[in-house]
Amino acid sequence: MLNVAHYHVAYGQSEVLHGLDFTVAPGEIIAIMGRNGMGKTTLMKSLMGIVPTKDGAAAVDGVDVTTMKSYERVANGIAYVPQGRLIFPTMTVQENIETGLSLSGRRKVPGDIYELFPVLLDMKSRRGGNLSGGQQQQLAIARALATNPKVLLLDEPTEGIQPSIIREMARVLKRIRDERELSIVVSEQVLSFALDVADRVLVLENGRLVHDEPRESVDEEKVAAFLSV
Amino acid sequence: MFADYTWTELGSIFAMQGFAGLILFSVFVLMALGLAIIFGQMGVINMAHGEFMILGAYVTYLCSNFFEAYLPALFGIYFFFAMALAFLAAGTLGALVEWSLIRHLYKRPLDTLLATWGLSLILQQAYRSIFGAREVGVTLPNWLLGSVPLTDIIEIPINGIFVMVLTFVIAIAVYFILFRSRMGMQTRAVVQNRVMAGAVGINTEKVDRNTFALGCGIAGIAGSAFTMIGSTGPTAGQLYIVDTFLIVVFGGAASLVGTIASSFAISQAQSTMEFFLSGSMAKVLTLLTVVGILMLRPQGLFSLKIRR
Ligand SMILES: Nc1ncnc2c1ncn2[C@@H]1O[C@H](COP(=O)(O)OP(=O)(O)O)[C@@H](O)[C@H]1O
Ligand SMILES: [Mg+2]
Repeated sequence: MLNVAHYHVAYGQSEVLHGLDFTVAPGEIIAIMGRNGMGKTTLMKSLMGIVPTKDGAAAVDGVDVTTMKSYERVANGIAYVPQGRLIFPTMTVQENIETGLSLSGRRKVPGDIYELFPVLLDMKSRRGGNLSGGQQQQLAIARALATNPKVLLLDEPTEGIQPSIIREMARVLKRIRDERELSIVVSEQVLSFALDVADRVLVLENGRLVHDEPRESVDEEKVAAFLSV
Repeated sequence: MFADYTWTELGSIFAMQGFAGLILFSVFVLMALGLAIIFGQMGVINMAHGEFMILGAYVTYLCSNFFEAYLPALFGIYFFFAMALAFLAAGTLGALVEWSLIRHLYKRPLDTLLATWGLSLILQQAYRSIFGAREVGVTLPNWLLGSVPLTDIIEIPINGIFVMVLTFVIAIAVYFILFRSRMGMQTRAVVQNRVMAGAVGINTEKVDRNTFALGCGIAGIAGSAFTMIGSTGPTAGQLYIVDTFLIVVFGGAASLVGTIASSFAISQAQSTMEFFLSGSMAKVLTLLTVVGILMLRPQGLFSLKIRR
């Protein structure tokens, strides 16, 4: 569903990602693990068209998106939950979700989104900026789902979130995958969460993928060693 | 300065100057709305905003002449056509300017300031070449002339009431566009986080163009209203741009209500004081008061309270 090949990304002269190759099958969840500064956010941003790609290509469902603008990528099925969530703070919860409907032309928030996140329905008239961190994370995921994506990108979704809510989030992500058959890419530093949601675990180290294994055969200690400082 | 008047006279003077200030108030509101939308949306300070207003005024002048010469039967309602055309003309020019000039200069505020200032000079010269350096005025239909007597000394000008009702309608329309329509929601999303707006599927460039056009179009309507209080010349817009900036800052750049309240305060203060003092003295006093208030409340009169 998502195909990334020979992928190089640079900020000006300094190259951060040095040729990544990976694919994500339909309905597959992969976790990209890596410490701070290894390039996880850079990968997400460039897949979303926020940071330009220097070399290589990314394709969604066979369509090359490498040179597309952000909104065109959304139209082609990529959705993004950024690190730090970045919801629209002065807009209401409902309006935040509605921004995700811009391309589809729908006016009403689909019911299944509120079904996934009932708390958002209760708070639909509150300003997004007044929600708690966990609620904002749910809102950011709801907003992304409103675009009806084929591939969902989540950048460190567990950052700054309580452990009980993290477990709930793993459950919700798997439910989303099962219901919508979409592919999910999460970047993470928290190994337990990654092992909980992912079908496959990749490790990003200094801009290169150094490890790629299915969940069943993952050597936890080896991955943990990559993550320790 | 009040000593020469009795209390009833003073009351009447305040009331009449207040009503006389209605058109000024309306022009300010419309100008400030456009400027605030453009500034709030894209951080662009449009130095040519006054010239967009004057474009609307010239369109109104042309309409007035056209209806007088060819459609005298409809002359009574030409003003409505004029306003719609003024909006379209200024809006179209705005979209063109955004496409050819402004969009290349986002994230470079100083450059946009210079570019729009240059644009204002170009437009002034264009008006001079096309319409001549002499100021022109419109003929108002009869029903807009005269005034309604309220008491034996207080009279309210009809065109003032007309323009104010109109401004009210436009302010409400702008509110609906910004807060109840899809375009408005997208605009606000772009204002809050341009990158993220793109990443949820909003075509931010199209939003920018539409917003700039909307702001300029409203300035065009302000130009229509302006023809009732001043004569239209190539540089007449210059006189209004500073006041308008002041209003936007004073009202709090992100607030529609603030813009309207501060237009009201400033136009009324100006209009009332002009009766007793010279025009420039009135302006100095207004400026000083505004600066004083802004020192106490730098965020402007109104601002949103949320956690960020
Ligand atoms: N805007 C930027 N300009 C230049 N370098 C950047 C920028 N953003 C991130 N970097 C660098 O790119 C590298 C990867 O950062 P990032 O993708 O944020 O890592 P992660 O998300 O894995 O913590 C870091 O060395 C960081 O300093
Ligand atoms: Mg990061």
